[in-house]
Amino acid sequence: MTTTITTGADATPRPAVRPTRPDRKQRWSRRAPLLPALVFAIVVTQLPFLFTLYLSTQSWNALRPGSREFIGLANYATVLSDDRLRAALVNTVLLTASSVLVSVLLGLGLAILLDRRFPGRGIVRTLLITPFLVMPMAAALLWKHAIYNPSYGLINGIFGGNTDWVSQYPMVSVVAALVWQWTPFMMLIILAGLQSQSLETLEAARVDGAGPWQTFTRITLPYLRPYLELGALLGSIYLVQTFDAVFTITQGGPGRATTNLPYEIYLTTFRKFEYGEAAAAGVVVVIGTILVATFALRVISSLFRMEDAR
Amino acid sequence: MPKTRSPRRWRGTLAAALAVGLTVTACSGAGGGSSGDGTAITVLMVGNPQMEDLARLTADNFTKDTGITVRFTILPENELRDRVTQDVATQGGQYDVATIGAYEAPIWAQNDWLHEVSSYADADSGYDRGDLLEPMVASLSGGDGKLYAAPFYGESSFLMYNKELFDAAGLTMPERPTWQQVAQFAARLDDKPAGVAGICLRGLPGWGELFAPLTTVVNTFGGTWFEKDWTPKVNAPEFTAATKFYVDLLRSHGQPGAPQSGFTECLNTFGQGKAAMWYDATSAAGTLEDPDSSTVAGKVGYAYAPVDKTDSAGWLWVWALAMPKTTKNADAAWQFISWATGKEYEKLVGSSLGWSRVPAGKRQSTYEIPEYRESAAAFADITLRSIQEADPVDPGMQPRPALGVQFVGIPEFADLGTKVSQEVSAAIAGQVSVDKALADGQRLAEEAAAKHR
Repeated sequence: MTTTITTGADATPRPAVRPTRPDRKQRWSRRAPLLPALVFAIVVTQLPFLFTLYLSTQSWNALRPGSREFIGLANYATVLSDDRLRAALVNTVLLTASSVLVSVLLGLGLAILLDRRFPGRGIVRTLLITPFLVMPMAAALLWKHAIYNPSYGLINGIFGGNTDWVSQYPMVSVVAALVWQWTPFMMLIILAGLQSQSLETLEAARVDGAGPWQTFTRITLPYLRPYLELGALLGSIYLVQTFDAVFTITQGGPGRATTNLPYEIYLTTFRKFEYGEAAAAGVVVVIGTILVATFALRVISSLFRMEDAR
Repeated sequence: MPKTRSPRRWRGTLAAALAVGLTVTACSGAGGGSSGDGTAITVLMVGNPQMEDLARLTADNFTKDTGITVRFTILPENELRDRVTQDVATQGGQYDVATIGAYEAPIWAQNDWLHEVSSYADADSGYDRGDLLEPMVASLSGGDGKLYAAPFYGESSFLMYNKELFDAAGLTMPERPTWQQVAQFAARLDDKPAGVAGICLRGLPGWGELFAPLTTVVNTFGGTWFEKDWTPKVNAPEFTAATKFYVDLLRSHGQPGAPQSGFTECLNTFGQGKAAMWYDATSAAGTLEDPDSSTVAGKVGYAYAPVDKTDSAGWLWVWALAMPKTTKNADAAWQFISWATGKEYEKLVGSSLGWSRVPAGKRQSTYEIPEYRESAAAFADITLRSIQEADPVDPGMQPRPALGVQFVGIPEFADLGTKVSQEVSAAIAGQVSVDKALADGQRLAEEAAAKHR
C-alpha cells in the first residue's frame, strides 16, 4: 500500500511548494493528538450501533428474565411484516415529505421578502428565526395547548367554533407545528443563497428587458436550486426522526393516524420492552436514513464543487 | 399511574427537554455531621409533588436522626420506568430504593427482582404493618403472600360533580350513582353554548390514561380483559357494551378535545367549571379543593365510582417504595422506607408543609388525625371507603388470572393497553367504530395470552 502511494506521488510532478513527505515519526506525532478524539468518536458512535446490531438478533423481552436467546434475523422478519410498522412507515414518509415541502415553499417566500431592504429588517428577521430556536418539546406543548385546544386555544379563539383540530385533522396538526418550526431554517438557507446571487447578473437581466417574474423563474430559481435541495435534504434527515411533536400533540393518534417510526419504536421499547424488535426496527430506520443522508451529502458536495468553480 | 401519569408527563417531559434528565441530588452532609457511620443510600423516585416533599424533608429529619445520607434521583414517570426497569432487569444495582407502582410490584416480585420487605416490616416494632390498608398490601404482595414494597400513597377513583350546576338544574346526585344515571345527568347538564360539558372523561391514549377509567367501566359492565384461563374477552359483548357506552357518552356529552384529554386536561376543564362531572382519581380532590388552582374549590360534591352490575367500581393505585434485590444496604434502605412510609411521616408533612400535602390513602391512622380530617373533610371518608372497597384480586364479575383493577398485572399489558387505547381513542374521535377497535384489541390480547397459557 505504501509503495503505491509513493510511486503515485513520484509519478505526478508537483510544484515545489509542496512540503516534503513527512516520515513515519512525523506522521505519528501529527496523528497522536487526534487519536483520543478518534477513539472517543468510535466508542460513542460505533459501539452503540454494533450493540444495536447484536441486540437485533436477540429475542429479548426485558420484563422476562432469562428469556434472551439468539434468533438470527427473525426480528427483521417481524419488523418488515408487521402492519403497524408498515403504517408507521407510510406516516413517516407523509409527515416528513409534507412538512419539508411546505416549509421550503414558505421559507422561499419569506426569504424573497427578506432579501429586500426595508426599515426594521433586522428585527423582522430575528423574529422570523425565533421558532427554530424554540425547543421541540416546548414548541409541541405550545401548539397542543395554546393553539389547538378546542376550548381555550388560539385558533378557535380567533375564528370561533369548537373544532377539535388535533382529533379531526391529526396529520395536518402535527405537520403545521413542524412547518412552523422548520420554515425559519429553510428561510435562512435560501436567504444565504439569495444574498450570494451576483448583482451584475440581475442587472444584466433587467437591462435585457426581463420582468421580475422572468428574472425570478429563469435566473434566481435555477441559481437557488442547490440551496433548496440542501434545505430539503437536511430537513428530511431531521424530520424523519420527529418524536416530540407526535408524542406531545397526538400520542400517535387518534388510532395510528400519526404514529411514525420513531414513536412506534418508542412504544416497542418502553411499552412492550421487546428490545430485540426495537433494535431491528431501529436498524431498518438507520439504513433508510443513511440512504437519504448519502443523497444529501452528494448534493452538499455538488454545492462545494460549484463554490470551487466560481 | 392513573392520577400522576399525565401531570408528570407534561411537566416531566418539559423538564427533560429543558435539561438532560433532571437529576436532583440532595446531599445532606451538613446536617448529618459525624453522628452516623457514613452509610449512604441511593433512592430513585418519580417526580410527584409528594415525592418532592419527601426529598425536601429527608436531610433535616431522617439523616439528622439516623446519620444515613440519602442521595435522590428524581425522574419523570416514563423515564423512571425505563431507568428502573433497565437497572433492575440487568442487575445494575445502582439503587437501594426505587419507587414502583401497583402494576410493577407483583410482576417484579415474580421475576425475583425485589427484596421482600415482610420480614423487615414485621421485625420493625414502630412500623405497625397492621395499620396499612388491606387493598394496598394485596396490591404489593407477591404470589408467595409476602410484601415486596411499602406503600407511600394510594388512591381509588370516584365521581366528582359541580354542586352549583346540580343545584341550579334541581338534580340530586345519589351517593352511589349508576352509569345510566350519570349518562342522564350528563345529558341534562350538557350546555354547549355556555361551554360546559356534561362530563369529563379521559380519552388520551395510554394504558394508564384512557384505560384506567375505562377498565373500571368494563369491570362493572361485567366484562374483563381475560378470563381465569387466559381466554381474551376484549371483543365480548360486555366489554363492547362498556366501551360503546363510554365512547357514546364522551362523544355526545363529553368535553371538547376528548381524544387528547388525560388527567391533567380534565383537571383543568373541571377545575375551571367547564364540566358538570368528572370521573377520575381520588387524589385529584386535593388540587380541586385548593382555591389557588381551582375555581370550584368548596363547590365539589363527591360520589362513589358509578356502577352497573357490580356493587363498587373504584380503581386502585399505589406508589410504593421497594428495594431492588441488588441492594447492598438493605438495612439502611429499610430504615429509610420505614421512616418515609411510617405513621409519623404523615404528621411531619402535615405540620411542616401543610395538611393537604399529606401522602394519604395507605394507612388507616391517617384518617384519624384530626387536622387531616378537617382539611380533607369533603372527600376523606369517601376516598378511604373507595380504597377499601376496591378488590385488586376480583374486581369484576368473574375470577381473574392476574392482579389489578384498572390494569392486568402481566408484563404485556403496558403494550396491549396502550395499543388498544389508541384504537378506542380513534373511536372517540369518530374515526373508527368501537367494534373495529375492539376486534384489533382482541387479536393483540390473543398474542399476549399465548405467553401465559
